[in-house]
Parts: sequence; C-alpha cells; structure tokens
Amino acid sequence: MATDGSASDVAVTDGASSGEAGGAARRLLRAVLGNRKAAAGALILFVVVFMAAFPGLIAPDDPHAIIYPPNAGPSSAHLLGTTQLGQDVFSQLIWSTRLTLFVTVIVSAIATFVSMIIGVTAAYSGGVTDRVLTVITDVFLILPVLPLLILLAAYLSPGVTSLVIVLTITSWAFQARQLRSQGLSVRSRDFLVAARVRGERGIYIILVEIVPTMTSLLVASFLALAVFEVGFAASLQFLGLGNSGELMWGTMLYNAQQAAALESGNVWWALAPGAAVAFMGAGFALLNYAFDEIGNPALRPVRRRRGRAPA
Amino acid sequence: MKYLARRGALFLVTFWAALTVNFVIPRVMPGNEAQAVLATFRNVNPAALHALEIEFGVNVHQNILISYFEYLKNCLTGQFGVTAQGVPVMTEITSKLPWTLGLVGVTTIIGFVIGTFVGILAAWRRGGRLDAILPPALFIVSAIPVFFVGLLLIYFFAVKLGWLPLGSNYNLGATPSLSLSFIGDVLDHALLPGLSLVIVTAGLWVYSMRNNMITTIAEDYVKTARAKGLSNRRVMFDYAARNAILPNLTGFAMQLGYVLGGAIVIEYLFSYPGLGYLFYTASTDHDLPLMQGLFLFYTVAVLVCVLLADFATALLDPRTREA
Amino acid sequence: MAEPLLEVIGLSVDYLTDAADVRAVDRVSFTVEPGEFLGIVGESGCGKSTLLFGVTQLLSPPGEVAEGKVTFRGRDMVRLSRGELRHVRWRDFAVVMQSAMNALNPMKSIGAQFKDTLKAHEKLSAEDVRERSVGVLNLVGIDPVHLASYPHQLSGGMRQRAMIAMALLFTPQLVVMDEPTSALDVVAQRSLMTKIKDLQQTLGFAVIFVTHDMSVVSRYSDRVLVMYAGQIAEAARTEAMFARPLHPYTRGLMNAFPSVTGPRRELAGIPGAPPDLVRPPSGCRFHPRCPEVMPECASREPELYPVGDAEVRCLLYGEHATEAG
Repeated sequence: MATDGSASDVAVTDGASSGEAGGAARRLLRAVLGNRKAAAGALILFVVVFMAAFPGLIAPDDPHAIIYPPNAGPSSAHLLGTTQLGQDVFSQLIWSTRLTLFVTVIVSAIATFVSMIIGVTAAYSGGVTDRVLTVITDVFLILPVLPLLILLAAYLSPGVTSLVIVLTITSWAFQARQLRSQGLSVRSRDFLVAARVRGERGIYIILVEIVPTMTSLLVASFLALAVFEVGFAASLQFLGLGNSGELMWGTMLYNAQQAAALESGNVWWALAPGAAVAFMGAGFALLNYAFDEIGNPALRPVRRRRGRAPA
Repeated sequence: MKYLARRGALFLVTFWAALTVNFVIPRVMPGNEAQAVLATFRNVNPAALHALEIEFGVNVHQNILISYFEYLKNCLTGQFGVTAQGVPVMTEITSKLPWTLGLVGVTTIIGFVIGTFVGILAAWRRGGRLDAILPPALFIVSAIPVFFVGLLLIYFFAVKLGWLPLGSNYNLGATPSLSLSFIGDVLDHALLPGLSLVIVTAGLWVYSMRNNMITTIAEDYVKTARAKGLSNRRVMFDYAARNAILPNLTGFAMQLGYVLGGAIVIEYLFSYPGLGYLFYTASTDHDLPLMQGLFLFYTVAVLVCVLLADFATALLDPRTREA
Repeated sequence: MAEPLLEVIGLSVDYLTDAADVRAVDRVSFTVEPGEFLGIVGESGCGKSTLLFGVTQLLSPPGEVAEGKVTFRGRDMVRLSRGELRHVRWRDFAVVMQSAMNALNPMKSIGAQFKDTLKAHEKLSAEDVRERSVGVLNLVGIDPVHLASYPHQLSGGMRQRAMIAMALLFTPQLVVMDEPTSALDVVAQRSLMTKIKDLQQTLGFAVIFVTHDMSVVSRYSDRVLVMYAGQIAEAARTEAMFARPLHPYTRGLMNAFPSVTGPRRELAGIPGAPPDLVRPPSGCRFHPRCPEVMPECASREPELYPVGDAEVRCLLYGEHATEAG
C-alpha cells in the first residue's frame, strides 16, 4: 500500500469506531449534511418521498379523470398540460411517484438482500460452495439485463408484480461480488471465531455477526442499485412491456410515445415523466457518489492551500 | 496461461448457462405462452419447427433430458429455429447485425475514449475545477435512463431545430450504396442515436476511470516516477493511466450488456432498424423463438468481448502471465 | 568545514483534512554533510516518512509544506519551480522507498524503468542506456540478465537492490531511503545494508536513512535523529547517543531493543501510545509517557537544547537544568 503523505503515516485517529448505533447515526447525519452531494441527494429523495406519501396535497386532481380538454398546453389549471385523452399530466406525474418509488425501493432492497446472502455465504463457506456461487454470480453478471428483462416479461402478464420479479432476477448479481469481498475480509476476525467456538450455526453467524458489520456497504449497494432500477423499470414500460393502466412514470412515457406526443407538440407530457425518472435517479446517484466519498477518504474533494499541482 | 484457461472456462460455462436459460424459461414460466405462439406458425420448415418444439417443450412427449441434449445439439449445429414469418432466426439476425454493430461499436469506443481521458485528467488535477464538476455531473448523466437522453435530443435537434432526422437509418426511398451521399445520409441518421449512447457510456467511464486513477496515483511507484524527475505527462500516462486502465478493461466488456440494452431502447425510439429494433418488434409480436435467439446472440456478443478484454489484460499485464 | 549538502530549516508539514489541519512535522531542522550517513528513527506515525517527503518535495495532497526552508547545495527546494525541480531530481538526490514491490512499476521491466529515468534527463543512445543500466546492476550485484525481468519475478532482496541501483543511475550526492529493509528478512537486511555501506564508501554519496529499527541505525549511521510526534526529540552522533542517550524517549527506545552480545536484562517497552496529532499533548509531547516527567513538563514546551555536540528537546536539559542526564 502507499506510504506517501497519506493520513496513515501520521497518528491521526479517524473517530470511526464500531460504537453504538446512536453515535453512528449522529456521525452519519453529520457526514451527510457536511457533504454537498449527499445533502443534494438527500433533498431530492425527500421531495420524492413527500410526493409519494402525500400526492393529494400537491395535485388534488384525479389523475385518471378524463374530463379535461385533450392535449392542452401548460396553464394555471394544468401545470403540465393534459394528455391526448384529457387527463391532467401534472396529477398523473405526482400520483405516479408512489408506485414508481415503491417498485424501485422494493427491487433494490430484495436484490441487495439476495446479493448479500449469496456473497456472504460464498465468502463464509469457502471451498466448493464459494466456487459454485461465484460462477453463478459471474454468469448472471454477464447476461445482458434489458434483453433478459424483455424476454422474461414476454412470458408474464404485464404489471407491477411481474416487473418486480424480473427486475430482481436480473439485478441480484450486481453487488454480490463486492459483498463477497467484504465478507472475506471479515471472515477471519476474532469475534467470528468466538461465535464458531460457541457452536453457533452458520446461518446465525452470517446473519447476526457478519451482516451488521457490513451495513455501510449494504446501504451503498442499495443506493447503487436504485440508481439503475428506476431507469430499467421505466425502460421496460416505455417499450410497452408494462401495464399502461398502472400509474407509473414509465407507463406515462409509453402512453405519450404511443400518442406521438413529442412530434405532435405535447412536449410536457412526453418529457416530464422522463425528467422525473432522471430526477429520482440523480437523487440516488448523488447519495451514492457521496457515500463512496464518505466511505473512502481518498476520493474526497481535496483542499489546497496554495493551489499547486504535484511537482 | 492459467489465467486465460480460467477465463476461457468461464466463457464456456456462461455460454452453456445462456443456452440453458433459453431452455428453462419456457418451461418454468407460468402459462402456455410458448404453445400459443408456436401454434400460430404455419408453412414453416418442419425441421425448424421441430427444433423449436424441442426448445420450448411444446408437443414433445419425451424425457426432458433427451430434449435438453437434442436442443443443445441443435444450437451447436446452428439450428435456432425460425421466426413467426418462417425466416430462420439466424438469417434475420445477421441481416440486421451490421447496423447495430456500427452504431454500438463506434459509440462505445468513443464513449470509452472520452470517459477514460476525462477520468484521467480529472484525477490528475485533484482539487481543480474539472475534478469537482465533471465526474459527478457525468455520473448523474449516466444515471439518467438512455431513452430520456434520446428523447431530449430528439426534441431539441429534430423537432425544434429540425437539424437532424427523426428516425430510421437512412432516408426512405434511398438505395443503399457506398456513395458519399448515402454514407452522409446514414451518418446523419445515426448521429442522434449515437450521441445518446456516447453521453451515457462516457458518464459510466469517467467515474470508474477517475476512481481507479486516484487509487493508482496514490501508489508508490507513481511517487517514485515523480521522484525520478520524469515529465508530468509521462508519469500521468505511462505510469498512472496505463496501470489504472487495466482493471477497467474487463469491466468495460461486462458493461457492454448494459449498453446493448440501451441500444435496444434507442433503436426503438429512433426506429433504427438494427437488432434492438428487431428485439422490440419480436416482443410486441410475441415471437418467442426470435427473442430467445436474440437473447442468446446478445449474451454471446458480451461473452466474446469479455474474453477479448481478458486477452488484452493478459497481454498487457505481465503479472497475469505467471499466474 | 565544508558547506553542508542539505540544510533543513524549520520545516513543517501539514495535512489539510476535512476535520482539521494536522501538523505532522513540526519545525524540524537538521543538516547533512557530504558523504554522511544520517539515521532518522522513531515509532510508526511519528512523521519520519512525512519528513522525508517534505524534504524531497514529494508530498501529495492533502499533505503540504506549511513553512520552512530546504536548502540543497545552496538552492531552496521549496521555492523551486516545477521545471527546475524536475531537473534536479534523481541527478542530485534520489529516493528509495520502503517496499520495492510497490515502488517499482509492476507493468514495466526493470530495464524499461531504468531507461525512462535515463532518458528523462540525458540524451543517450540505446547502447549508452544499456551500458549504464548494466553498470548500476553490477554495482549492486544483480545479474544484468534481469534488465528484462519484471518486478514480480525478482525476490524481495533483489527488488530492493534493483531500486538502489536505479537510484544510483546518475551517482547522486544524496540518497534518501525510507525503511528499505523493513520488508526483508534479517539475512537479506544485513546483506543489503552492507552493500549500501560499501557503495557509500566507493561513490561517496550521503544517505538519509529513515527506520524504526534502532539496531540498523546503531551499526551503520554516523549521526542519528530521533523523532517523536512530529518533532526532533534528540540529535547526536551515533556512538555518543548509544553510549549516553539523553532524552527519556531515546532511553526507552534503547531499552526496548535487546543486545545479542550485551548482558541479559529485562526488556522494557514505553507505556502508552504515540499521541494523536490533531490534538497533541500540552507542553512536552512526550510528558504523558515519560518516566522522568516533571510538573512543568505539562505546561512548558521544550526547545531543542544543546548538550555538547548533541541536541535534546527535554526540559531536563533546559536553561534551568543543573545537570545533563
């Protein structure tokens, strides 16, 4: 490893110990607020969650109601105009947040969980189990995601449930490698040996002893996945493999595309849901980026006193 | 050599896995999708139809293992069945391949080069403006779904400004030839789809290249290179960048799957008649044989690229040659 | 007395971290005469490596030279422009890092790395390059066939010697070494040190040798600097320091190393741990661990007081002290 002028050379304590949860949470909060990217990401997600939780407060109009003049441009009555059928686009946008966020979060959570189980089991069991699990992970990593998604979706009836299923199947391998490496590094530590000596079963050790040490990596994995899940879900629906009756940003895009909204001038309908997807993706991306920085000090922004590049 | 042998083994295993996925999915998925689809096939070459029945487990009353081996034999002899129109799957794929190959091939290379360069520069000038803005900005851009980038480009350049065509790969009515005007036409049509892909892939690349560079720059041998009085440029490229790129190469190849997926959506959006568009129409037509054939093709494409990247790594990194 | 080769005056190095600015090296001053072998000893984290990089202008962010002068052959290195500095590098002084496995580019052959260095400073024909490369390899006792080898193909000892060979390409006047023997076994260590000492006699360069290993220092250096918590604790000629260590910390270090030939005695460590440099102890930085601590040590910061030829940063030898040691 490097022996240059990095903080490892000097006796500077980092202040990060495996202390109680309260201390860790406070440190996390300070870290998040201190880092501009994290703060921005957190703000974005806060807005998204708010939109998902209280859509009625922001957009009182019924998103399904087909009572308005069709293809109207933005106005004070309809902030983003109306669809070809006469629905309020703004309402639809806001009310779609809930399901879109739900799908993203559920898929990322399940995929991270499966990833962790597989990764840590591989790391902990070693030997043949490790080899087999690693090969399975590698295989899934290579299988191209969207083609597999489309293929699977063709067999299932379109809808949120199928969406969640196919997205999870194609995403679980994404972080399994990192989680396995982390598991490997933790494996030989004393408290694990102690647990084994106590006679605890493998599963117990994995879930109760190893996993809590990996929380930061798990959160990072969740965020990294979420960035792409929202896009994959929307892409799948955009291609027409979702249920256009369900209220999600992806289905809005599909409907807009079917109605040739962009070409015929109903720009807001065509673009706003895509912007929303980008918005949510950016929120997760910012948090993810900041999390990387918080976790790996080497990546943090560097201050210079005299602004010289290395001589 | 052991390194290559291991990677070669992985290639074979994944290839086999992809073939098996195609065999398993129709049997595992609920419903009678496959049966319904195959029932619509008429006037189809009987050998091809039989191969499909084996693949999908329709009208087949034999031991599943026997089916499996027959299916594998069919694949290895190139018998992938036919599409709903009775055209052999392979023929359909090879006819559309060049368009996608051109689009995706060129854009991923451009994206990789741009992303790598910017990543190197951003890491080298830590604390500078470039490092503060560009990597996070590009990372966010890469998080934006490809189709949205495409939509925006269409809106601005095709609809509003009318500079570039809306779709297809060349003007309808034009006859393909190698003339300059035709090529110009093709490029015209490929520009927006290509740009969408470049933007997204460059973003992915900048982030990982920058992070790799930062780690590499911290290594002692870079410090030694500076201490030796080598010029800045030499240290940056010959010592830092060259060593930082290597771990990226295989990742680059693996990400090809993501790019190919993005290309499907882009081709759909721009009505660009390549493999992606073919996949899309296959899915709306429920042409399962074509879809599965395409899926296999995509997987093999990614696998080949990964293997090539592995070769390149073995070639460039002297340490792997011993391992 | 000839002009010193290297003069470090009041050098301070800071790390600008998010939490706080940490002073890793605090107003360190010392000189190196031509041909002299200077050892710098201290525990891990005392700042000795940082000092090295500060002197050789190899700090990377977040490390920065905060103040001080480093005069090498009359020129202040801290103020030199990048171009001028580059010109001086390796010709006049070279750096050998701790782990040759990490300090040599794993993807380039030894010969290629030598060639890079040579070409960066002089216009040489391919033949000249080869001649010089073979020449330095012979100096350190490595078969020239290894010019084509990659670092991972050489043993640890050979790699370290290859690094030293590379350092000698321009027969510099000063070679700075950062714990070059830490990664080696005792036998390889001895062999390497003997070789270094030999080369020093033959070629006449000065050496700054940073280590935590007192035994190496005792045997090979002319003078020793003991560092603690970013400051110089004691500076003296080697025999004098080992015969009569002045600073309580130095005494503690001596006691921690058994002598193979000397009488058997109990090994004693130094209780406690090195201080956190974000908030160093008040007064004398060593006072929380000092066996000879006095009441004023917690409030008064000691200067470097002269005691004969040596210097000690300890209030025991301050103006108010009546006797030394």
